[in-house]
Amino acid sequence: MKKLIELNVNSEIYEVAIDPHRSLLEVLRETIGLTGSKEGCGLGACGACTVLIDGDPALACLTLADRCVGHEILTIEGLAKPDALHPIQKAAVKFGAIQCGYCTPGWIMSSYSLLARNPKPTRDDIVRGIAGNLCRCTGYVKIIEAIDEAAKEMSASG
Amino acid sequence: MSTRQRDDWWTVGKRLPLIDGPTKARGGAEYAGDLSLPRLLWGKILRSPHPHARLVHVDASRARRLPGVKAVITGKDIPRVIYGIVPKAADEYALAVDKVLYVGDEVAAVAAIDEERAEEALDKIEVEYEQLPAVFDPEDARAPGAPLIHQVPNNISFQVRKEFGDVINGFGQAEHVRQDRFVTQAQAHCPLEPHAVVASFDSASSRLTVWSAKQIPFFLRKILAKTLQLPEAKVRVIKPHLGGGFGGKVDMFSLDFCAAELSRRTGRPVKIVYTREESLTTTRHRHPMVVEVKTGVKRDGTLLAQHYRVVADGGAYNSTAPVMLSLAAFFVMLPYRVPNLLLEGYHIYTNKPAGGPMRGHGVPQMRFAFESQMDMIAEDLGLDPVEIRLINAIKEGEEHPAKLTIRTCGFSESIGKAARALSWQEQRKRNVKNRGVGLGCSGFFCGVNNLRHLGSGAVVKIEEDGAVTLLTGAADVGQGSNTVLAQIAAEELGVYLDDVRLTAADTELTPLDPGTFGSGVTFRAGNAVRLAAKSAKKKILEQAAAELEASPDDLLFREGRIFVKGSPERGLTLGEAVKVCRYAGKPTPIIGRGFYHPPAKEAYTLLTELGDISAAYSFSTQGAEVEVEPETGMVKVLKLVSVHDGGTLINPLLVEGQLDGSMVMGMGQALGETFIWERGQALNPNLLDYRMATSMDIPTLDVVDMDIYDSEGPFGAKEVGEGTTVGIAPAIANAIYHATGVRITQLPITREGFLKSLEKKEV
Repeated sequence: MKKLIELNVNSEIYEVAIDPHRSLLEVLRETIGLTGSKEGCGLGACGACTVLIDGDPALACLTLADRCVGHEILTIEGLAKPDALHPIQKAAVKFGAIQCGYCTPGWIMSSYSLLARNPKPTRDDIVRGIAGNLCRCTGYVKIIEAIDEAAKEMSASG
Repeated sequence: MSTRQRDDWWTVGKRLPLIDGPTKARGGAEYAGDLSLPRLLWGKILRSPHPHARLVHVDASRARRLPGVKAVITGKDIPRVIYGIVPKAADEYALAVDKVLYVGDEVAAVAAIDEERAEEALDKIEVEYEQLPAVFDPEDARAPGAPLIHQVPNNISFQVRKEFGDVINGFGQAEHVRQDRFVTQAQAHCPLEPHAVVASFDSASSRLTVWSAKQIPFFLRKILAKTLQLPEAKVRVIKPHLGGGFGGKVDMFSLDFCAAELSRRTGRPVKIVYTREESLTTTRHRHPMVVEVKTGVKRDGTLLAQHYRVVADGGAYNSTAPVMLSLAAFFVMLPYRVPNLLLEGYHIYTNKPAGGPMRGHGVPQMRFAFESQMDMIAEDLGLDPVEIRLINAIKEGEEHPAKLTIRTCGFSESIGKAARALSWQEQRKRNVKNRGVGLGCSGFFCGVNNLRHLGSGAVVKIEEDGAVTLLTGAADVGQGSNTVLAQIAAEELGVYLDDVRLTAADTELTPLDPGTFGSGVTFRAGNAVRLAAKSAKKKILEQAAAELEASPDDLLFREGRIFVKGSPERGLTLGEAVKVCRYAGKPTPIIGRGFYHPPAKEAYTLLTELGDISAAYSFSTQGAEVEVEPETGMVKVLKLVSVHDGGTLINPLLVEGQLDGSMVMGMGQALGETFIWERGQALNPNLLDYRMATSMDIPTLDVVDMDIYDSEGPFGAKEVGEGTTVGIAPAIANAIYHATGVRITQLPITREGFLKSLEKKEV
């Protein structure tokens, strides 16, 4: 039996009819059509599906969509303005922190949340902030550099 | 190549970000699993729970009756054609016909209106198995009386023998000989994107379109056509964004054939996305190997002769077996001068998932063995590991004993630089307890040239809007080849990178390219793109010269314009030049075509003949600094060093990315990545229990510059994507020996295993 729910995703309200056991990741990707959040493992081990719920990072593959009613969901698609990337996204491109791009949305969301809580992170804070996001391409070094750069730019521009 | 010419380069050699970086950063890049089409069905595959069994009976009738299920296929419902990425090694069916050969072997596939119904349908398929004796260890598999997995004697599916010089005489002259045995494990590729495909068969036109997460679109087209008995001209393969490959998406898998066949039967598009468990246990991994190496040297450390005996655990299928063994043979011939060498390699079937190509492809196992033994020999002779490597390092222009052409070689330089980056002399002298440094070295190739069909094409179009369209068959797997190829076109034509529009890896629109493997993309496709751009330029040049009343030799292509050297005001935009051509009655758009194929010898003849396997070779040295915690057996890698002669770096930013990733993948091979198998069943088929490095595990990664120009490579470029993976594990093992005196001969180095070795040494 499908259930009609309202989800607030990237400040837009989506009215969706879902089976109540559907994960947030499935509903985002298949029902709403926002495929930026990725499935890498399906059991919360890789972080590719990381989104923010009320500002906190959450693994969308382990979160029931039905439990997100009344909460604010932010996905990778909600970060950039139409004409400008978010500073983290900009730094990710500039510093070569992206290769295949599949883990990118996940770690960008993790670091977005980190910088909201901790605008001047140490290198160690950054390392811990993305410890739940696996990347096989980059060896993480350029990701860490990019987040550090974004933090500085965001602090400087207030 | 003078520095001045390099200084003139416009986009080549620049640290430019990926051209698709912003799309990826926004989450807008579409991977195969992101694609959707109207009336899309979900496919799922039923797999064997037994390592070796006869299929007595498969009954899919209950599954077929389930509401929402649109098609079910078994081995009887799909053309009975054997396939394989290497034709002479073909031994797989899309779905099992008589027998299943490992836990996970494919038995049936379903297409249903959603994923859940497809899964439910799998439960309704009744399979009667007759279990057969299974064999899991290659030595057991070779023993007399072992169950035969395919009908080949002793389960030896391939053997290679490569010999040059006079090995017996070489050992006869040796003043010191040692023989050692090294064992390596299975390592998973673990790209973050699991294998995925969408297939759409149009019944009206009998055309099949496949969007597949694949490194080799043109091979997939050919093999899909053959296996499903369709004309190749009716099959189109498109590679969407690919979420990493590392060799794991070179091979064909059941999902490709099943999605296509299910779509053909239903007339609806079908998507199959492997779960992480399927990606880990039913695709490929790095071959576990046992490498026995006997080496004879002079007292001064000069290598005289080597004899390798290599046994690879192939798992249930061949995959690239003959290629893998050949590469294992070729890359013990680099980077040192070994005048007399014999390699005997065996690929053995076992009832486990199949091994296959993975970054380094057969080579990291070999180099772990010999780079470790090199340090052991050095110690025997009282030599420094740096010294013995320099004594034996092959040099530029030197005649190679197996007649490889060493046109450029920064190997000795790389050894010296790696040693400096590790403060070698001080560290070795200081001898701090439980701290150590070690080296590992590698030579690699720039695309295999021993197969006639491994050439790359490219088309460059210049249109009246002044933009350049580049068509390349090369498959960007996330390493950034689209960016590098666009840079090459932009350089040759003097346009801004942003003005190059690129369409890649679509078998219907783009010219032939073998795909992404063997570290040949930049070299092969890059040369093709450069030739195509030159050809387009030539077509425009004469008309532009007439229009500008100048000699063609005096014209310069730069900033999207063609102008007279020294008088930039006398010029045309590229778009204006195209118009000039049209008004002069020349056909437009201007189209340049390029095709690059390195000098070729036929496949496998190189095992019996001397000669080149590649048009150029890369050389590199890797270094490691480690700290060992003797109470727990924990090895902490403090620093990894990569000094890689990759020729000209077309894009240093992307090269660093390749080297960083290679170092960390090599560290994973050394320090813990492995499958735990029990009777052929993986006990750790997920990313919690199969542990790859996280951000918390990363040491300092030190990429040291090299500056080499290879005249055969595009703008002097060579390989950078694989070679650096190769020497990391031995560098770490050698550093551990320096730190503790414990010699590692088996990978991975687990804490419990290493702790036991440490305790044994204390006693």
